[in-house]
Amino acid sequence: MSLPSKLALADGTVVNGIAIGAGGESGGELCFNTSMTGYQEILTDPSYHGQIMMMTYPHIGNYGAHDEDTEAAKPMVSALVVRAFSQEYSNLLAQESLHNYMDRHGLVGITGIDTRRLVLHIRKRGVMNAVISSTDLDDDSLIEKAQAWPSMEGLELASRVTCDKSYAFSDAGQQRIAVCDFGVKTNILRTFAALGCEVRVFPGATPLKDVLSWSPDGLFFSNGPGDPRAMPEAVDCVREAMIIGLPLFGICLGHQLMALAQGIEVFKMYVGHRGANQPVKNLSTGHVEVTTQNHGFSVDPESVSAELAEVSHLNLNDQTVEGLRFKKFEGFSVQYHPEASPGPHDSRYLFKEYLHMCSKTKS
Amino acid sequence: MPRRTDIKKILLIGSGPIVIGQACEFDYSGTQACRALRKEGYEVVLINSNPATIMTDPITADRIYMDELTAESIRRIVEKERPDAVLPTMGGQTGLNLADELQRQGYWEEQDVKVIGVDIDAIHITEDRQQFRDLMEKIGVDQARSRVAKSLLEAKEVIQSLGGLPVVIRPSFTLGGAGGGIIWSPKELERKIMRGLELSPVHEVLVEESVYGWKEFELELLRDQNDNVIIICTIENVDPMGVHTGDSVTVAPAQTLTDKQFQHMRDTAIQMMRSIGTFAGGCNVQFGINPVDGRMIAIEINPRVSRSSALASKATGYPIAKVAARLAVGYTLDELKNDVTRTTSACFEPAIDYVITKIPRWNFEKFEGVDEELTTQMKAVGEVMSIGRTFTESLQKAWQSLEIGYAGLGADRENPKRPHVRERLRKSYWDRTLQIRNAFIHGASMDEVYDITRVDFWFLQQIKMLVDLEKETRQLRLQDLTEDKLLNLKRHGYSDVQIAWLVTDEVTEEEARAHRLSLEIKSQFLLVDTCAGEFPAVTPYFYSSYETESESTVSNQKKVVILGSGPNRIGQGIEFDYSCVHGVQAVQEMGYEAIMVNCNPETVSTDFDIADKLYFEPVFWERVLDIIEHEKPEGVIVQLGGQTALKLAGKLSERGIKIFGTPYDRMDLAENRGKFSDILKELNIPFPPYGMARTVYEAVRVAESIGYPILVRPSYVLGGQGMRIAINKEEVERYVTDIYKLLPDNEILLDLFLNNGIEIDVDAVRDADGDVWITGIMQHIEPAGVHSGDSTAVLPPHSLSASILEEIRKYTITIANRLEVLGLMNVQMVVQDESVYVIEANPRASRTVPFVAKATGIPVARIASKVILGARLEEFRSQGLLDSKLKGYAIKEPVFSWSKFPEVRKELGPEMKSTGETIAFVDALTDKHFKRPYEMRNLYLSR
Repeated sequence: MSLPSKLALADGTVVNGIAIGAGGESGGELCFNTSMTGYQEILTDPSYHGQIMMMTYPHIGNYGAHDEDTEAAKPMVSALVVRAFSQEYSNLLAQESLHNYMDRHGLVGITGIDTRRLVLHIRKRGVMNAVISSTDLDDDSLIEKAQAWPSMEGLELASRVTCDKSYAFSDAGQQRIAVCDFGVKTNILRTFAALGCEVRVFPGATPLKDVLSWSPDGLFFSNGPGDPRAMPEAVDCVREAMIIGLPLFGICLGHQLMALAQGIEVFKMYVGHRGANQPVKNLSTGHVEVTTQNHGFSVDPESVSAELAEVSHLNLNDQTVEGLRFKKFEGFSVQYHPEASPGPHDSRYLFKEYLHMCSKTKS
Repeated sequence: MPRRTDIKKILLIGSGPIVIGQACEFDYSGTQACRALRKEGYEVVLINSNPATIMTDPITADRIYMDELTAESIRRIVEKERPDAVLPTMGGQTGLNLADELQRQGYWEEQDVKVIGVDIDAIHITEDRQQFRDLMEKIGVDQARSRVAKSLLEAKEVIQSLGGLPVVIRPSFTLGGAGGGIIWSPKELERKIMRGLELSPVHEVLVEESVYGWKEFELELLRDQNDNVIIICTIENVDPMGVHTGDSVTVAPAQTLTDKQFQHMRDTAIQMMRSIGTFAGGCNVQFGINPVDGRMIAIEINPRVSRSSALASKATGYPIAKVAARLAVGYTLDELKNDVTRTTSACFEPAIDYVITKIPRWNFEKFEGVDEELTTQMKAVGEVMSIGRTFTESLQKAWQSLEIGYAGLGADRENPKRPHVRERLRKSYWDRTLQIRNAFIHGASMDEVYDITRVDFWFLQQIKMLVDLEKETRQLRLQDLTEDKLLNLKRHGYSDVQIAWLVTDEVTEEEARAHRLSLEIKSQFLLVDTCAGEFPAVTPYFYSSYETESESTVSNQKKVVILGSGPNRIGQGIEFDYSCVHGVQAVQEMGYEAIMVNCNPETVSTDFDIADKLYFEPVFWERVLDIIEHEKPEGVIVQLGGQTALKLAGKLSERGIKIFGTPYDRMDLAENRGKFSDILKELNIPFPPYGMARTVYEAVRVAESIGYPILVRPSYVLGGQGMRIAINKEEVERYVTDIYKLLPDNEILLDLFLNNGIEIDVDAVRDADGDVWITGIMQHIEPAGVHSGDSTAVLPPHSLSASILEEIRKYTITIANRLEVLGLMNVQMVVQDESVYVIEANPRASRTVPFVAKATGIPVARIASKVILGARLEEFRSQGLLDSKLKGYAIKEPVFSWSKFPEVRKELGPEMKSTGETIAFVDALTDKHFKRPYEMRNLYLSR
């Protein structure tokens, strides 16, 4: 039952734990998330592709696993790190244990880890790559593997999580929204659909003319994993879209791509924001939204010139840019996740605003 | 928006004396609010009649009125002080009700006083069941379903439409809910419905679906005037619906909700808060979830700072009262910084990376004939909070904090027999988590325990995990506990005492500790930082856990550890926290770093900006020793934290750890009745004839030789626990038997009872030079025989002759010098027929320290604490700092919570029963505060 497992960091730190989920080995950038609920949404968020997720809340697995709590068909993180994994679970909705779910999908995990110490370690030293293994328990070999793991910086990952071919998420609606999928979270699609949209999802690399041939009322650029600066084709495509007159909306990676397409710089953050409690101020209303965030790159405020865009939303913790309202075309973008899942629903209004923009343009 | 400038002076209404349901959490929140407002430059005027609080200390507010909490007093103060605004949300229901009363009279408007921090209409909505129901219905928030019935037939139909029994019935328009209750079985249906219909003047009953056994949750919200709302904390009750939340074991954050369920709850809570007005401040919302179908209903909403918000503040590190006070004067959340990180915003939702467990503390043993079943009426007198990295660790630490002799969740004594466990589990009793463990020990299945208790499976599984771990450990010798195994036990919160008990070989706690340390397994100290490590935090607020790295960096300053007084209970309450807070400040003023150890979430001492370092830990030997070994202080102060701290003195002293103040062997002289009587004999001080006994038989023999009436009491207890006056042999037998049921192996003390004696309480401070300062002599109005905590005390004495007073002073000084007291001492005496008898001396802070301080205007506890650390009384005396400012008399009146125990007979005796106190200043003995208790002095005296 308790199979020993190890977690090794690229800087030589090695800690012992117990394997959970599928046995085996997996690696990636070790990052942490401070959400106290929503572990399954986090594990299945395509933006986390290639990352090892460490949950700061100690008890994970308490309420089991449930199909409706997923953001993609399968787990997207490369591994899970936990302080006190709940093998047993309790929730009316649960269909299986989280252990079972992980095992079924081949997701590697480790429990019994002093996650707080590792969080402080990363906070002090910056994010770094790591490897988890229950098959190789040799410290040196694991450290070597962690060091050899490709860095997230300069890594294009969206192509690995985008859909293979375009598909309809919802067939009918008042407005047609075309979603450029760089690893879209299902809840974005659900939100559009719930607001009465016809939603069609296109692979990230779809040529713009093919998307336009569906005659959408709005173009949406999704969230997704990796370094936006390593996606020149996507940036070109976004730039092209900016001149056709359709309202554009971007979330997370989509926001960064829109910024890059306008010549606004993006940089890799030291630690990044990953959690469901980040305060974001809407600068036009003065209202504060508690938001879900998941990003390791951010828009450089210095490079936001007034004629290109204005900063519409600001992070109250570190004053980083959380939203842009563009000047040269109809559209806006946010760094955080208004679709939540997991997290507060404070920012749902953005979807409505966008659809309002689409209907105005249409008429 | 920055703070309001149209306001300069603010009136704060306190919550008054401590009663069950409204306790010292309001001292904490009120103190925080006062300090925050003063820091903002406002002048703060305070009314609160509770002398035992830090809130009513000159350090807290600009002007303090220790007046009765009535509309008249407030009118008088308002007319004198002319405040611009009143903040009523920090004083519990008392504060709100008073503000409401004056609002209805149009008084605030008439006086141009703005009511801030609350919307009075909001209070009406939340207090009025029907208005609340209607509003929730309007905004589409689900509630318990109900319908009115006018006949038995109709009631039966309603019950059927609600899905059958059980149901709750509430007859319309009956006083105090008369005739209401739960109908469990068809057998009682007819009788209860008919009775309800008959009792109701309009002959109708409201039939409501029963939510008994549903899961219960609480959310703590804050809102600013821009309508930004944040959730500070979610709390999940381990005890399901049916047990008052103040009586429930609760856990933070919620453990068993998916994100979608939680967000639904969050959205609903925000919607509810927005529906009841636009005030800026704190709010608490309670929900129930049906475990069968997941349906969520709103239970209630409280638009003010509450017991739960005190808990939520301590649980997350987010200072709710402080922020709420600043929001009330116009700030918005985004303008404020998080006090803990100092760099990030206060407008966020704390992320925690540990588990909080709160367990209430009850005092049922004080009330003969009390119904111990926990219901919707709160019965607890205090609570402990514990912090652990996991639920199991946190739960065991909470049990260690309770100070009821447990070293964790059981596993430290013989397991009770199966029938006993079954009996205890059947109803909601205070020891439920322990009995769940016991049930698993006896092999009960998860389903069986769930069916009886309705405690969520997740919590049951966690407790079962402990039981499995215990079973494994029971097979092993101490030496078989390898590093992995022992670390695992420690990570689940097991104390060394429990481990020593569990292993097969006979080992002591010390041996278990030594084995552990030989394996280098040490507790580490982690930071409470509101953000789960995401940002650096500066707040020195720590808890222990068995992790790999300590975040509590030890400074190279000289340090003093102050041991707190643990959970509030009758006999040891907020007064001791008052002394501890002053102790902390004195320690700092004497140039030391002050380190506080305590586990009571309701107190000021556990506010993270009081001491230089706060360890939110059980005041439990192992945990205290771990902290001392980590911090290596110069010494420890034990005389401020009541018996909790004092009882660790022996062990500290054995370990060679310095105790600042009266040394252990001297304290023991006072505590040990035999030794103390020898001293009195040697000093020629009269005392009542006494004897000691170890068995019932012996006790009777002693009593027969001393004579009657005789005072029977156990040793080493506080608040007169188990103390009785016996008038014959049969009573001695009965009382001693009762004591042994509760306190086996105790040494029973028997003193001749001085009939019709006048009881005297003396507080004094002695310094290292033998200088003794008598801080106050208090004469009790009630005759000796009523516990001093339950007596009305008059300072200075109202009817003693000069020669008697001289005698009292002389004895006090003589005893203080003989015991070589360093710091505080309290002596109890009885005057009978112009003779003074000494009953007992306690070389520690007494319950009356804050009363004397407030009465005389002298910071007694602070001066005493400085004396403990080496200051001389002459330094203070020469500056006139020991001169009393009291004119006339100060009267301390006890306050009881009888209404919570209707089945208990109201009587006063040697066992303390009051939960709080008030102070009154009177010029002459014709004042009602003197006359009333004087006339009634013998009324409730029992034996």
